[in-house]
Amino acid sequence: MMKAGSKLEKTLRAGHFAVTVEVGPPRGPNPEDVLRKAQQLKGVADGYNVTDNQTAVVRMSSIAGARLLQEAGCEPIMQMTCRDRNRIALQSDLLGAWALGMRNCLCLSGDHQKAGASGKLKGHPGAKNVFDVDSIQLISILKEMRDAGVLESGDPISQPTPFFIGAVWTPLAPPEEFRILRLAKKIEAGADFIQTQAVFDMKRFATAVASAHDKGLTTKASILVGIIVPKSAKMLEYMNANVPGVEVPEGLIKRMAAAKDQRQEGYQITVELIQAARNIPGVKGVHLQAIESEEVLPEIIRSAGLLPRPQV
Amino acid sequence: MIIAEWKPLPELVEILKGHTNVLVAGCATCVAECAAGGEREVETLAPLLKMALKNEGCTINVLTRTVERQCEWEFVEELAEMTPKVDAIVSLACGIGIQAVAERFPDLAVYPGVNTTALAIRQEPGLWIARCAACGDCVLGETFGFCPVARCAKSLSNGPCGGTRKEGKCEIDENIDCVWFQIYERAKARGKVEQLLKVRKPRNWSNSGHGGPKRVVREDLRP
Repeated sequence: MMKAGSKLEKTLRAGHFAVTVEVGPPRGPNPEDVLRKAQQLKGVADGYNVTDNQTAVVRMSSIAGARLLQEAGCEPIMQMTCRDRNRIALQSDLLGAWALGMRNCLCLSGDHQKAGASGKLKGHPGAKNVFDVDSIQLISILKEMRDAGVLESGDPISQPTPFFIGAVWTPLAPPEEFRILRLAKKIEAGADFIQTQAVFDMKRFATAVASAHDKGLTTKASILVGIIVPKSAKMLEYMNANVPGVEVPEGLIKRMAAAKDQRQEGYQITVELIQAARNIPGVKGVHLQAIESEEVLPEIIRSAGLLPRPQV
Repeated sequence: MIIAEWKPLPELVEILKGHTNVLVAGCATCVAECAAGGEREVETLAPLLKMALKNEGCTINVLTRTVERQCEWEFVEELAEMTPKVDAIVSLACGIGIQAVAERFPDLAVYPGVNTTALAIRQEPGLWIARCAACGDCVLGETFGFCPVARCAKSLSNGPCGGTRKEGKCEIDENIDCVWFQIYERAKARGKVEQLLKVRKPRNWSNSGHGGPKRVVREDLRP
C-alpha cells in the first residue's frame, strides 16, 4: 500500500532506479531564482530536494521553495531540520506543507548555527538553536502524524498527513560501526527512504550497504546514494579533509588534478560513480548535488543512461 | 561547579564611569575554583579597573571583599559592613550570587563582573569543560555517564549526527569531543551497545527553565 503516493514513492515501488537532485533555495526572496532552476531540471529527476537553510545560512524557506518547484512541475522533497524549530513549529509546518501539496519530507538534525559563519558570510553564529527533538524523533513524529493521525503529544489532528519520510545516512563517519545501527534506528522510527552523505569511495560504501543489506534494511527503506559533482581537485581535497563522513580516495584526487579540463573530468567521474552505485545490490537510486551549478545535471543524468525518467 | 569568565575590561570600565567608590566582591566557591571570581581574581581585577578608569580620566576608589558564597544570604550579609562606603558593587560571583547581592542591597548599583557560562568540571589545569545542562530529566544512566544534552552541540538523544570528525571530534570545533562517539566507545567496551539501539522519544524539557522559572518546594523543609 502506498504511504504517501508521491512520485518518488511510486518510482521506487515500481523498481526504477530513482534520481533526485538537490535544489538550494536562493539567499533572497525572488521566486525566479527557484523557477530558473526548475526550468533547467524539469523532467530529469523523480524528486527535487529542497534544503532547509543548509549550513545554517538564511535562505528562502524550504516549504516556499518546495511549493515554487511544485508549481513549476517538479515534485519536491522538502527538507526539515531540527535546528530552528521546536516540535510545535515543526508539526505546524508539516500541516502547512501538506496542505500546500508536499508529500516527501527529509528529516535532518541540521547543521549547527556556527557553520553559517564561513567564507564571505557572517552568518548567525550568535543565534540560539532549538534541537527540541532530534532527526530520529522528527521521523517518529512524521510517522505518527501519517499512520495514526496524532501529534507527538498524542492529540489527534483532523486528518493524517501522509508524507513519504526520508532520513540521512553518513555511513563513513566515525564511529563507523555505529552508523549502520543508527541507520537501523532511523528505519525503525519510520524512514521510508534514505539519502546518504556524498560518496566518492564506492568500494567502502558498497561494504556499508552490504552490511545494511544483511540486516534487512535495504528492503525496509530505499537507499539513495548521495553524489556531489566534483568541480576541481581542490574541492575534492577540501571535502576529504573537512567534511565529516566524506572520504575521497587519493587516486580520484590525483586523477582530477591531472585532468586538462577538471570540470569535464568531474562530470565523467560523476557518471562513473552513478554507474558504480547502480551495481551495488540494495542501492535504489541516486541523489545528485551540483552545488550552485545545477545546469550541468541534465547532461550527467543523460550520460548515466537515466533519461528519460519513467512515467509512474 | 558553575563556571564564569571575566567580562572584557573595557565593558566594565564603561559601566563604572561616573561611580566614585566601588566594591569588587568575590565568591570563594565555584568562581574561585574556575579562577574567575575568587579572592585572587578580585585582588587582580581591582587595581586593573582602577588603572583603566584612571586612563579614562576617572578616579575611583576600589574596595575588595571576597565572601565564602554569594549564593547564601548569611555570607552575602558580610558585605553589609562595606556597602555604606560604596555607590556600586561589581560582583564576580555567578549569576546567582550577583542577584543575591542585588537583592540584599537594592539601593546600590550591582554589576556583573563575569559572564556565567556553564556547569563544568576542571578537566586539566586551565581547562574547564561543560558537563551538565541542568535539563531536569537526567539520562546519564542510559548514556554511560556522558551527558548528550550538555556535551553534544545539538543535544541529540539518539546517537551522533553526521558531523563526527575522523578523530571522534565535533564538527563545530576540533577541540571538542563528540560525546556520542564517547558514549558509543564506552557502550562497546562495556559490551552494551544494544542499550543504544532503542529509539528515544522526544524529551520532556519542562522540568528545567523551559517549563518556566524553576521553583522547588520541599514541604518537609518548610518553616
